[in-house]
Amino acid sequence: MYVAVKGGERAILNSYRMLDSYRRGDPSVPALTLAQIREQMPLAVSRVMAEGSLYDPHLAALALKQAAGDTIEAIFLLRAYRTTLPRFGYTQPLDTARMGLQRRISATFKDVPGGQILGPTYDYTQRLLDFSLEDDAPAQPLPPADVPVASTMPRVTDLLRHESLVEDDAVPPGDPAPFDLTRQPLTFPASRPARLQNLARADEGYLLSMGYSTQRGYGNTHPFAAEIRYGTVEVEMFVEELGFAVTVGEIDVTECQMVSQFAGDPQEGPRFTRGYGLVFGYGERKAMSMALVDRALRAAELGEAADSPANDHEFVLYHSDNVEASGFVQHLKLPHYVDFQANLELVRRMRHELAQQQQQARHAAGDDTSAAAMHDGAPTTRAAAASSLDEAIAS
Amino acid sequence: MTAPAPLLSVRGMTHTWDGIHGCRDIDFDLYPGEVLCVVGESGSGKSTLLQAVSCQVAPQAGSVRYDLREEGLTDLATLSSARLRLLARTDWGFVRQNARDGLRMQVSAGANIAERLMAVGQRHYGGLREVAGNWLHKMEIDVGRLDDAPASFSGGMQQRLQIARNLVTHPRMVFMDEPTASLDVSVQARLLDLLRQLVSDLGLAAIVVTHDLAVARLLAHRTLVMRGGRVVESGLTDQILDDPQHPYTQLLVSSILQS
Amino acid sequence: MTSTDMPSFASATQAEVVRDPHYNFGYLDESTKRMLRRALLKAVAIPGYQVPFGSREMPLPYGWGTGGIQVTAAIIGAGDVLKVIDQGSDDTTNAINIRRFFARVTGVRTTESTRAASIVQTRHRIPETPLREGQIVVFQVPIPEPLRWLEPSETETRTMHALAEYGGMHVKLYEDIAQHGHIATTYDYPVVVNERYMMRPSPIPKFDNPKLDNNPALMLFGAGREKRVYAVPPYTRVKSLDFQDHPFTVEKWSDCCALCGSRDSYLDEIILDDQGTRRFVCSDTEYCADRQAAGHGGPAAGEYTA
Repeated sequence: MYVAVKGGERAILNSYRMLDSYRRGDPSVPALTLAQIREQMPLAVSRVMAEGSLYDPHLAALALKQAAGDTIEAIFLLRAYRTTLPRFGYTQPLDTARMGLQRRISATFKDVPGGQILGPTYDYTQRLLDFSLEDDAPAQPLPPADVPVASTMPRVTDLLRHESLVEDDAVPPGDPAPFDLTRQPLTFPASRPARLQNLARADEGYLLSMGYSTQRGYGNTHPFAAEIRYGTVEVEMFVEELGFAVTVGEIDVTECQMVSQFAGDPQEGPRFTRGYGLVFGYGERKAMSMALVDRALRAAELGEAADSPANDHEFVLYHSDNVEASGFVQHLKLPHYVDFQANLELVRRMRHELAQQQQQARHAAGDDTSAAAMHDGAPTTRAAAASSLDEAIAS
Repeated sequence: MTAPAPLLSVRGMTHTWDGIHGCRDIDFDLYPGEVLCVVGESGSGKSTLLQAVSCQVAPQAGSVRYDLREEGLTDLATLSSARLRLLARTDWGFVRQNARDGLRMQVSAGANIAERLMAVGQRHYGGLREVAGNWLHKMEIDVGRLDDAPASFSGGMQQRLQIARNLVTHPRMVFMDEPTASLDVSVQARLLDLLRQLVSDLGLAAIVVTHDLAVARLLAHRTLVMRGGRVVESGLTDQILDDPQHPYTQLLVSSILQS
Repeated sequence: MTSTDMPSFASATQAEVVRDPHYNFGYLDESTKRMLRRALLKAVAIPGYQVPFGSREMPLPYGWGTGGIQVTAAIIGAGDVLKVIDQGSDDTTNAINIRRFFARVTGVRTTESTRAASIVQTRHRIPETPLREGQIVVFQVPIPEPLRWLEPSETETRTMHALAEYGGMHVKLYEDIAQHGHIATTYDYPVVVNERYMMRPSPIPKFDNPKLDNNPALMLFGAGREKRVYAVPPYTRVKSLDFQDHPFTVEKWSDCCALCGSRDSYLDEIILDDQGTRRFVCSDTEYCADRQAAGHGGPAAGEYTA
């Protein structure tokens, strides 16, 4: 019988070919272009950029094409690519108050200065499959609005802050440089910047479940969506040689501010507390989940009971990265036969010993009616105890 | 004749959770081989006292001094956390109200008892097993249950197992937080009897927190009565229970306490 | 993605892997390599102690050897000779993948010979051929923390290491003996390094543990997903945990290797038919091939295409 001990390399090369074919599908169907993915699957592109921690819609589209639509695989591709990119420096903090808004809503007030701008959202659609999409009707361009969106809109949380109703979110004294999760490993206790970075790149499904659990009694934060914004912000970088900051580009982001359960302070009185979510691209579900989990991780700091899974820093933050999780779960497919062999031998040996002991016990019971002698004190093992019990019963 | 030195000396100790609830200005000495009971209703601050004295929380005021074997009475706040952890694992015991909180439920009774010995470097399996077996016997548990998991034990047996686990390194002082409160009344008496015998046989000093005066009567040489975070009366147990001076103590002694 | 990554399939076997100039030598940028080397120096200075490092995403998934790959990438130089094995074999898919990766990003010479290698990256085995001074073995580690089964919290386990609170580990061994009559750990068997830190040697079978003790080679351990490196410097004492009356023992087989006749190496079990007929062959394929080339033979020598 032929046992394959060579040929692994050839098998791998052939698997590349099969993968290529699988990804391409029926060759008579036109190939997907990156432009199609970028333009017509922007939510997938947003997710890959957000969790890949890299803002580049073109590369995200490429990753999705290469990954045959598997979002987590595409995220992994983008992250690995990110490792190779040189680091020029850090930008100025994004000013989301100066966002070119496409959408802005608040659940805490019926109306707010600037209005409720619904924007492009599935929220008000009925989820009925639209069979008209089976054909490609020519797209109708959107006519411009009668009234332009206000260029600046005060944030709802800023309105609350003026009345000291919500906790301050001020820059810490000395304005220290924030922790960089992509450069240093997470250590505990983890600062809020480190936690937020972890959540920003965390798996959306995971955060969704964790956030959901806090709404169902595993931790109680009674959240309200104070404001959700989606739009374009400028990215600025301070250039040493020029002595001032320049705009290096624009990105789309989604921001969610949750306000929750007020916390008391004997000196200053109760205030609403905050949860914050921010993601690349258009990702409301993710931004909202992030805000819920951010708030849940602050439970202990705010003096609340913190015994639910979403309150446990190590549990939440160590299992949030789908690149790590996917790698480790799937690594079980790698050969483990050496270690399995070691266990096989031990189990066989233990069963053999047990069988021998049982046989000796039956022998002793057959030859000798008196109880077999035991060691002084307890028998060495449970197995030995079992066999001496057999002896005691038999005699 | 010189007076014996105390094992533990507490002066002006205060710890509160929110500026209000906790224990305040606690003063007492504990001598080797002596059992001290701290009685009070729930909310009296007795559990906070125990946590502060055993260094699980840091006192906000006052001092706790313990007689270290080589150095004599030392302020525990001056010890490193490494030293404190070692002390807690070898020279002290802490028996929790709920035995499950003080045991490793997923390993056998024998492993539970022998753990502290392994932690201080004992490496002979047969020897560890023998010591564990002797302790089971001392705690009136069938030695044949040495390899059984604590989950299969009754509540009273689990509590006795927890006590054995704490005593195996012959600590000089044991803290007990309501050791019998989770047990059936019928089982409590037997455990208290066992505890009393152990304490006297091993020369243990103990601080026992309880709401039950009967526990104090049976176990303690001296008793502190707590109310609203402060000690309102202290002295020999028999004197306090038979001739209470403070009105609150009189109330406690004369009424039936709810747990 | 460049056009050089997919080899032409005209000749599908053992395609040549060409050094790809689009990547820095060793894939990682120089400052990342420097960060890793600093962490490794610290690890060598404190044998067995887990040093945290800023692990990067690599082109292989976490859990598939990214720690080992980052360690090798940080230390490899143009003059090095690299051997990569998985389960003791040079030809398993994981070993091939990693070897191709390094050929592509370094152009360094690769080999299947343990003697010829200056760096051996390994998953789950130590080569049978004795190592010598100047060689480096890089281990791929899934879970670096020996106390993880006892204590899920990282904060707590770091404190336990700092205070050498290792009693709980012996509880596990005690329990194994009480329940099974044997210590049930057969791989990734915990050790104490330099009489101070408890360490997991990665999922090598306990058969390989004695090789760690006083080895002339440098042993480096990388856990990418968990973001830790640790090290056993040459000639360091490494002792496997046990009890005085239940001393540490290694596996033995009643058979010898079917191909080369070896009685001293770790053997893999191969199932031949539905009735469960078994044969045993050396897990270290290079060691086995070497022995066969030197004229040694086992009961099935010549039956298999080498």
